[in-house]
Amino acid sequence: MSALRTISFDGVIVGGGGAGMRAALQLAQSGYKTAVISKVFPTRSHTVSAQGGITCAIASDDPNDDWRWHMYDTVKGSDYIGDQDAIEYMCSVGPEAVFELEHMGLPFSRTEEGRIYQRPFGGQSKNFGEGGQAARTCAAADRTGHALLHTLYQGNMKNNTVFFNEWYATDIVKNQDGAVVGVIAICMETGETVYVKSKATVFATGGAGRIYASTTNAHINTGDGIGMALRAGFPVQDIEMWQFHPTGIAGAGTLVTEGCRGEGGYLINKDGERFMERYAPNAKDLAGRDVVARSMVLEIIEGRGCGPEGDHVYLKLDHLGEEVLESRLPGICELSRTFAHADPVKEPIPVVPTCHYMMGGIPTNVHGQALTVDAAGNDQIIPGLYACGEVACVSVHGANRLGGNSLLDLVVFGRASGLFIEKALREGVEMRDASETDVEQAMARLDKLNASSGGENVADLRKELQNTMQNHFGVFRNGEFMQEGIRKLSDLRGRIENAKLDDKSMVYNTARIEALELHNLFEVAEATAITAEARNESRGAHARDDFKDRDDENWLCHSMYYPADKSVGKRSVNFEPKTVDTFQPKARTY
Amino acid sequence: MLQVSIYRYNPEQDSQPYMQDIQVDTGGKDLMVLDVLEMIKSQDTTVTYRRSCREGVCGSDGLNMNGKNGLACITPLSETVKNNKLVIRPLPGLPVIRDLIVDMTMFYTQYEKVQPYLQNDTPAPAIERLQSPEDRAKLDGLYECILCACCSTACPSFWWNPERFIGPSGLLQAYRFLADTRDTATTERLAQLDDPFSVFRCHGIQNCVNVCPKGLNPTRAIGHIRNMLLSRAT
Repeated sequence: MSALRTISFDGVIVGGGGAGMRAALQLAQSGYKTAVISKVFPTRSHTVSAQGGITCAIASDDPNDDWRWHMYDTVKGSDYIGDQDAIEYMCSVGPEAVFELEHMGLPFSRTEEGRIYQRPFGGQSKNFGEGGQAARTCAAADRTGHALLHTLYQGNMKNNTVFFNEWYATDIVKNQDGAVVGVIAICMETGETVYVKSKATVFATGGAGRIYASTTNAHINTGDGIGMALRAGFPVQDIEMWQFHPTGIAGAGTLVTEGCRGEGGYLINKDGERFMERYAPNAKDLAGRDVVARSMVLEIIEGRGCGPEGDHVYLKLDHLGEEVLESRLPGICELSRTFAHADPVKEPIPVVPTCHYMMGGIPTNVHGQALTVDAAGNDQIIPGLYACGEVACVSVHGANRLGGNSLLDLVVFGRASGLFIEKALREGVEMRDASETDVEQAMARLDKLNASSGGENVADLRKELQNTMQNHFGVFRNGEFMQEGIRKLSDLRGRIENAKLDDKSMVYNTARIEALELHNLFEVAEATAITAEARNESRGAHARDDFKDRDDENWLCHSMYYPADKSVGKRSVNFEPKTVDTFQPKARTY
Repeated sequence: MLQVSIYRYNPEQDSQPYMQDIQVDTGGKDLMVLDVLEMIKSQDTTVTYRRSCREGVCGSDGLNMNGKNGLACITPLSETVKNNKLVIRPLPGLPVIRDLIVDMTMFYTQYEKVQPYLQNDTPAPAIERLQSPEDRAKLDGLYECILCACCSTACPSFWWNPERFIGPSGLLQAYRFLADTRDTATTERLAQLDDPFSVFRCHGIQNCVNVCPKGLNPTRAIGHIRNMLLSRAT
């Protein structure tokens, strides 16, 4: 085939959500030639769906608030496999990053003093767990993600960032030294495929919640960055750790923010009992998300679920009154009326734990540099590749993310990646050009798909994959059952690689994109399954019936999944923050 | 069986657009229009449309359903289907790329024209800029816009002058920054809008208000801008 057109940039960011646009903004301001490749117009990225807020110790609600308290909560929330140097960085730099967003125009809700409004969220405390519930989540009503994403897009517009909107990155281009030197990307409108060459390639491709049948995630959350990294031979970390959000609307899967419980809402079973008082006597409905999700599933399993099928519980909000609901939670009222046919002002919302967030991802350091581990067990930087936001595992969330920490993560580490790349570019980046063979190799998957004939229907295969993950790798897991799931997946691999593409047209071919996305979904699912089966303990979001306890002796570490031989290894957790004492692991109760 | 009629056009194959009739078994459920499209696409992968969040916040799937613009993902069949028939067409007034996908360049260009970002020429404080809850409340009904283009593509004035009339969505955003007490560029913003077309082509038809899936009111925002322009002139 003829040589591809090449477009060159200093930095290319794959993904136009919060992390990607924050990184792009930093680079664009530095004057380096920066491009964002986004498969949707940027404000349609999944950050737009974030509701409750961005957790950060800006000391508005409590003038004595301290980022170290936020750090303590985050370390505890992670069930002690979050890296303490990274959490320290996020929590301490956070206020600066949040104030920058406000200066950029983000329309935060306000207190009477005119400061940013903060609401209580799950897992938050004052004084290292000793001072009761904190209110640390900065909010723009219940549309914080929307407000944040639009503000970042507007900021990039002001700084003339180059956007390749509705372009889809398919695979990483590696040079002969194994460095990442860009990606292959398709312009969806014309079908043209190009090689986007770059000295720094930043993955900000978001999550992959669509590996599950029931998810709060957008259709576009197909794990494209993880798929590309695994196919390029790079490992992923803690990929078995999937957060099930306690309150997805039963049936529809759409998210109902934890902010509802922060504002005073609570969960009830069919007997009207506020059951979280039994499971988490102190924090109750504001315990960690993993704890609340498991409690809900237990209520349902034990026959106290609501509805004719007894397959969900209720989130009660009516006691908050119409005024609070319409001013603090207007989006939730809208969503509930649309998708649950329930008006929260009058009646409870039917909710069920729903796949929400991928804690694992491409391992990185605090500068966003992607890492692998050499044979001797030492971290090795992958030259040219960066990751930030949900696709990355830096790791600030460990085994369970706290609500409101995802927006902070993507802003802080998008910014950090941009800052570091700016410095690296200033010092000079020398990488060997990709050879024709290197580019051909990166094109192989797309070429194969374009030349394919026959095969099974993409939508059917996707459904089968999602059901397998839902049934075998859900809130509660079990070795034998996971092994069965892994067998089903290995049968699916060949079928998905050879899925059918009837539509070979060039112009806006979404069938082609969906087939490519399915490959990525599969890579994420398989890595999740194999790693989940290997982690023989229960920690954070990973709860096993056959290994009910946390095993710090063997598993106080990150898991690493290596795609070449599908093996699972371990990587040390960082316990060395720079300015505070280490938070030692202890029993995690709420 | 629901009778669905979909606008089809693939420029590589079709010399002109046509309507394709498809029967869909909804199982008697009150699905969203997007669910119906997904069912159709799972069988015929060539049917082409945009979608992302499926909960009415990303603004990808603005479509014309039985003659009215809206978001497919939050439009239940019970709200739009008449006589068991559902006609799905792309948003009117913009060039069609393929099937239900329109080229939104003109729409985005008008958005960019209003400089939709906060401008403040005073040095930023070490913390946030303070704003009272009352001043913040002035942004309610403005900042929630999702750029779905349902309003602008329902506006006859925008159909006639898409290059010169900013359109309801862009003007809603223009007012969002005019109304923000943290923005100091009011004079410049008004000067840029002060011509016969940018704002004054709005004839108060109110199609925008009628179709906005977020319940926003661009006409009212445009009224505020008019008043600001007029009081500035005197």
